Amino acid sequence: MKNSKHTISVLVNNQPGVLQRVAGLFGRRGFNIESITVGESEESGLARMIIVTTGDDKTVEQVSKQLYKLIDVIKVNDISANPSVSRELALIKVNAEPSQRSEISTLVDTFRASIVDFGPTSVMVQVIGDTEKIDAFIDLMRPYTIRELARTGVTALVRGSK
Amino acid sequence: MNAPSAILHNDELREKLLKPDVISGSDILLRSLLLEGVDCVFGYPGGAVLYIYDAMHGNSDFNHLLTRHEQGAIHAADGYARSTGKVGVCIATSGPGATNLVTGIATAYMDSTPLVVITGNVVSSFIGTDAFQEADITGITMPITKHSYLVRDVEDLAKTIHEAFHIANTGRKGPVLIDIPKDVSANKTKFVYPKEVNLRGYNPTVAPNKLQVDKLLKAIENAERPLILAGGGVVYSGAHEELYEFATKARIPVTTTLLGLGGFPSGHELWTGMPGMHGTYTSNMALQNADLIIGIGARFDDRVTMKVQGFAPKAKIAHIDIDPAEIGKIVKTDIPCVGDVKTVLQLLNEKLVPGETQAWIDHLNKLKAEFPLRYEDSDTELKPQYVVEMINDTTKGEAIITTDVGQHQMWAAQFYHFTKPRSWVTSGGLGTMGFGFPSAIGAQMGNPDRLVISINGDGGMQMCAQELAICAIHKIPVKIVILNNNVLGMVRQWQEIIYDNRYSHIDLAGSPDFVKLAEAYGVKGLRASNKAEAQQVWKEALEHDGPVLVEFVVRKHENVFPMVTQGNTIDHMLMGDAE
Repeated sequence: MKNSKHTISVLVNNQPGVLQRVAGLFGRRGFNIESITVGESEESGLARMIIVTTGDDKTVEQVSKQLYKLIDVIKVNDISANPSVSRELALIKVNAEPSQRSEISTLVDTFRASIVDFGPTSVMVQVIGDTEKIDAFIDLMRPYTIRELARTGVTALVRGSK
Repeated sequence: MNAPSAILHNDELREKLLKPDVISGSDILLRSLLLEGVDCVFGYPGGAVLYIYDAMHGNSDFNHLLTRHEQGAIHAADGYARSTGKVGVCIATSGPGATNLVTGIATAYMDSTPLVVITGNVVSSFIGTDAFQEADITGITMPITKHSYLVRDVEDLAKTIHEAFHIANTGRKGPVLIDIPKDVSANKTKFVYPKEVNLRGYNPTVAPNKLQVDKLLKAIENAERPLILAGGGVVYSGAHEELYEFATKARIPVTTTLLGLGGFPSGHELWTGMPGMHGTYTSNMALQNADLIIGIGARFDDRVTMKVQGFAPKAKIAHIDIDPAEIGKIVKTDIPCVGDVKTVLQLLNEKLVPGETQAWIDHLNKLKAEFPLRYEDSDTELKPQYVVEMINDTTKGEAIITTDVGQHQMWAAQFYHFTKPRSWVTSGGLGTMGFGFPSAIGAQMGNPDRLVISINGDGGMQMCAQELAICAIHKIPVKIVILNNNVLGMVRQWQEIIYDNRYSHIDLAGSPDFVKLAEAYGVKGLRASNKAEAQQVWKEALEHDGPVLVEFVVRKHENVFPMVTQGNTIDHMLMGDAE
């Protein structure tokens, strides 16, 4: 079976230790986590985790079944099996002498990113989009020398009324 | 859900316990346990549970058994739970008390035993400071518990306990840990015991999908060589009668896994014995040649399937299990039936149409006659299999047998012919040495009227021997059998067969004189080294009305056969005939 990337949405009780339960399950069952984001959900007391993992269909089915065995897990949904919107945010601090700033600014505009901070010899860029867009933007920034990079990991929702 | 309910039936006591008094967390704990029908708790005190033990002082309603090691306490609770179907309960203090429970928790988790494990913890404000006897026991046990709680507020305690009992003994059963900081056990609040449990993320599927049931019925009707693979789930779900009806009506042979023993009467014409690494020739050949395998509350463990590629190559697989995660986990499943085993079997029994299976049954019965479990008896040396057969003959397969792990465990599984469920207490999944003897104490506490026999090796017996004290003090009449071959037998067998006779660190010379050890604790001790002695001391042991330890000095180089070595499919059995 073919390995592919899956984005899994996990609705959980917002309890101490719940992240440890979910992350620990992935670790001990040999499921990989490419990224994980956690935050409050539409309902108070519940949090939504978005986990990006790679595996074949059988593995993803096991991931889902094992997650359901956790008492604090309410709902598991393979978002990538549906039309969905997924977004990630990256903050990139790149070297930028005053002479280079307009050049960087053009790239930033093209990607609908924004410059959120200026230093004497650097700028900080914020870029939002799906993973491919952010990967592409980071590649474009590399020639200027990236000093620091922070990515949030993917968060996502299924499109429409579902 | 038909989890055996143990709700307290004594109305007078119940009323007294339910009074909305303002009481401490410790009293809440004791009252809640009594309300859940707990009649025996196994435990060991310490600093963080002093308030809890203080509340026990003079409480004549509450029955606590002091073991000599926390591991003994949790294995006893496990034996109690497996043999009664009720939730086993144990208590330990924080830090080392709690970590000493870890092996027992993992044992229960692997075999789906319902336990509620209570640990004390340091005072809430000290948690996270590396305080004296602090250990993050909820963190440590997360992978080996069905669920766990760290109670931060005494207001949550009663609700937590009620939830824990519900979770432990419904769905796929398992251990639930409740960690109670010392201040929570001291703080007071008004006692209100919840009537219901409301857990949004926990709704085990009991009733199966009707379409899958119909598909399975059709498959049964069309099968010529069907086989039932019955596991521990049959016993845990209380479905032995339904299984009997199912198998006999549909005329399908049954193989019972290690944990499934007792779920179907041994010796029945449809019974083929245990499958797998040390399974019977007939069971293994039946699995390899069946055209339909119906797994019932069994998880296709690697000791059953051995090499998965090549397992049951001709069979369509149907799998009935309460845990959806077990379906398709190891083998590809054609007909998944998620649901409580008992409920599913009841549905199947309503509409069952048997297939043409007589030729297959005849074939398997021929194999059974041709390749029975056997051993070469001896008049000069006492054989361990002979001892187990003797125990079986003298108790007619009706005793509760607990075992440790290793060769003696396999011989007990092979040569003791269980006639009823909840009679077999053995650590199958985790394979925990030290389990056999303390689990018998728990089994006896839960079944005061049944004969409980604990069969051990000389290795495992020394891992929890300290609990002899409990047997002596409370006159718990467990019959403790040691098959003493002076060696770690199963490791020796592997070293002989797989590691070319390179025997590494298996010699148990220097073990105590077990008879004297028993006597030192005040337990009667007996020894036998030949058949005549064996018959005589065993008779004496059965007639003795208290605990007794019987050491059988058996042949050192005996091996367990059949044996499938790792990496082979189950039809490649070493039969041991050359020996």
